[in-house]
Amino acid sequence: MSLDSPKEHAIELVGIDKKFGTVHANKNINLTVAKGSIHGIIGENGAGKSTLMSILYGFYQADHGEIRISGKPVTIRDSQAAIAAGIGMVHQHFMLVENFTVLENVMLGAEGGQLLAKGVASARKELKRLEDDYGLEVDPDAVIEELPVGSQQRVEILKALYRGADILILDEPTGVLTPPEADHLFKVLRVLRDQGKTIILITHKLREIMAITDTVSVMRRGEMVATRKTAETTVEELAELMVGRRVLLRVEKGAANPGGVLMSVRNLTVKDSRGVTMVDDVSFDVRAGEIVGIAGVAGNGQSELLEAIAGIRKPSSGEIFIDGKPVAGVDPAGLRDLGLAHIPEDRHHMGLVLKFEEYENSILGYHRDPRYGRGPLLDLEAMRKDAEEKIGKYDIRPPNPRLRTANFSGGNQQKIVVAREIERDPKMLIIGQPTRGVDIGAIEFIHKRIIEMRDASKAVLLVSVELDEIRSLSDRILVMFAGKIVGEKSGEAGEQTLGLMMAGIAA
Amino acid sequence: MTTASVPLPAWINYGLIPLLNLVLAFFFSGLVVWAIGESPFEALQLLLIGALGRGEGIGFTLFYTTSFIFTGLSVAVAIHAGLFNIGSEGQAYLGGLGAALVALAMDRYVPWYVTMPFAVIGAALFGAACAAIPAWLQAKRGSHIVITTIMFNFIVSSLMNYMLVRVLIVPGKMAPETRTFLPGGQLPKLDWLIAMFGGKIGAAPLNFSFLIALIMCFLVWVLIWRTKLGYEMRTLGISPTAASYAGIRYSKIVMITMLISGGLAGMMALNPVMGASARLQIEFVGGAGFVGIAVSLMGRNHPAGIILAALLFGILYQGGAELSFDMPGITRDMIVVIQGMVILFAGALEYMLRPSIVRLYQQLTGK
Repeated sequence: MSLDSPKEHAIELVGIDKKFGTVHANKNINLTVAKGSIHGIIGENGAGKSTLMSILYGFYQADHGEIRISGKPVTIRDSQAAIAAGIGMVHQHFMLVENFTVLENVMLGAEGGQLLAKGVASARKELKRLEDDYGLEVDPDAVIEELPVGSQQRVEILKALYRGADILILDEPTGVLTPPEADHLFKVLRVLRDQGKTIILITHKLREIMAITDTVSVMRRGEMVATRKTAETTVEELAELMVGRRVLLRVEKGAANPGGVLMSVRNLTVKDSRGVTMVDDVSFDVRAGEIVGIAGVAGNGQSELLEAIAGIRKPSSGEIFIDGKPVAGVDPAGLRDLGLAHIPEDRHHMGLVLKFEEYENSILGYHRDPRYGRGPLLDLEAMRKDAEEKIGKYDIRPPNPRLRTANFSGGNQQKIVVAREIERDPKMLIIGQPTRGVDIGAIEFIHKRIIEMRDASKAVLLVSVELDEIRSLSDRILVMFAGKIVGEKSGEAGEQTLGLMMAGIAA
Repeated sequence: MTTASVPLPAWINYGLIPLLNLVLAFFFSGLVVWAIGESPFEALQLLLIGALGRGEGIGFTLFYTTSFIFTGLSVAVAIHAGLFNIGSEGQAYLGGLGAALVALAMDRYVPWYVTMPFAVIGAALFGAACAAIPAWLQAKRGSHIVITTIMFNFIVSSLMNYMLVRVLIVPGKMAPETRTFLPGGQLPKLDWLIAMFGGKIGAAPLNFSFLIALIMCFLVWVLIWRTKLGYEMRTLGISPTAASYAGIRYSKIVMITMLISGGLAGMMALNPVMGASARLQIEFVGGAGFVGIAVSLMGRNHPAGIILAALLFGILYQGGAELSFDMPGITRDMIVVIQGMVILFAGALEYMLRPSIVRLYQQLTGK
């Protein structure tokens, strides 16, 4: 890479400015991406990365500013125009038709004519060429839903390339991948770059930025605060630029002091709605005063395990004990009464009702408590006061209990859930993905609260697909693969060992 | 995608947009009127004068409004829990049986104000009973409530035919209807209400159930926004997964919600059965259950909005009847067309104008 003398700029953004009502999402952004480079964009949630990329991809129009592709000014009104300008996007959540084959998905929207046959033949040929050129091997006749996530993502990349993309935008591409899959993706991206494609990588994972990008730009509060050559910066500098202050990247915690067993799971088997066994004969204990982490790639049964323990999903066999009492089949309300708090994996669909105002969400699950109103009525005054206290204590911003929950940033939404569950002073806390889509400042805060819970002799069960998070918080780590617990390690286990276990390779 | 999430001030959302939709509906109705050779302006004038010009017209308008408030509330309560109750028509019809049985049993012995609370309960119970089976099928068996409530409209219709033709008919009479209730089984006219504004109620059947409807609006508001049950209903309606997380039992809320919804629909029967005709007649609901869906949609499922939307449809019903009387070229079917336009623009095409209004708003406020 000849970063020092970029011959041509793939993308130039000049003075891009965008406001949503009173929110200034992008303030006079200037960005230059060299052709044939991998350019990282990092920033906390709400820093304006997504808005900027949406403007580039035609979802939004900038209020001011100019986009230049290969030096020429362009107007991008919609995604069609973006594709025509050679921009392809790989979304965080895949845009694939699950029961179509790879080939059908790649062709979708570019079928070429009323009859399929001719298009299919040429698409097959083109797909073969793309595979050969870029090492993106996927079986064109495989059905999407039967493919592992890593392959599905390659299909998304193929889709973009098939449409002639020279510039690829990847939005948090490794969130759903195992470490080996992520390494494979990086290999693919390097090949693409070396073949002359330009790649923009949006992520919040600083390690990935360091591992793969050539240059990196940092956004904070709608502004582009810095652009660095990756080789000339450090993780610490980038984190500081993102947050605007020094942050602790490593959680500080003392030794665990585990007490008696508070929660035990015995031979638990859970099936999903289609009857597929998702949790297969799982047994483990969680003691007071320890954090047990469950590592694993998303989709290996952790979600179902959490939901079964939380009473949301009925196990098909096995038993769960809380304080020695069997509780399988007790509903979530009953479990809350027994002192089980649950921070769910998916705050958008489970932990919060996004259309509710903040104070309404701060009682979800505890709304029958007499402190929020006697008899059948709700005491809105008491609810708001309670919410205001939590807002103050957890520094939830903006500090307005009447604001719609959807209008809070991801980190603040998660704080609403965390505050609600922890402030009940439960005996046990089960947590799924505590910091997914949460900015660094809030991650630090949430991790501290979780460790405080442990130090207050609570039993904590933590599920996360972020291996770093599992490793830095857990006292013991259980690895789940294909519904089974394939091994137990101490909190100090190496990433390599755990990564292999997560992939089902070694125990 | 780009404009749907942009927040607009309440006066635009709840004032300007519905008003523009209404203007559009009247504009296209006007085109239809003009196409058949009548003057749209004259028609509009006749419609408004017919509905609001005299005390009697207002009485009729509010009489229709009363029915639509009940059915609108019925639909709205269900929607808050994420249930689409298409069965208000049948629930109201069966509610009429409940009200009529109470009236028939009590009218000889007690004055109306003693009969009334029992009739309210009777109508609500029968309406709720009609909703109970679809609710149970949805809660426990997953049968879609839209389908089952529609089917129950037909079942109730057949059942009521049987009851009126074979059981409740006055022996020796031709008409399939019950005997006329005595004053102890009738709801009094609200002539004093019209008189307060200096009008005369005339033959208009506006009656006490109008006040019951307003009370129900208040109670529904309390239920939805001020009770724990309402909180659970709204949680379930917006996010079933969040509800299951919170330990809110799906089947319980579905059952309770549908019983309340059916009960409100059942109460609609008080208005025509005990307030107007003083007897139970065949097909007395006359589509008010279906209008309730449009009323609830237009009123954004909020009791205050429902009162306004019900009033609008009351005006259309009464004004339309007068219009078809005064303008022979405009038949009863034309009125249905106009009502259809209002439903189309205010209900189905509710969001048609929104994107352009958002853009205009952003331009005017300097983005």
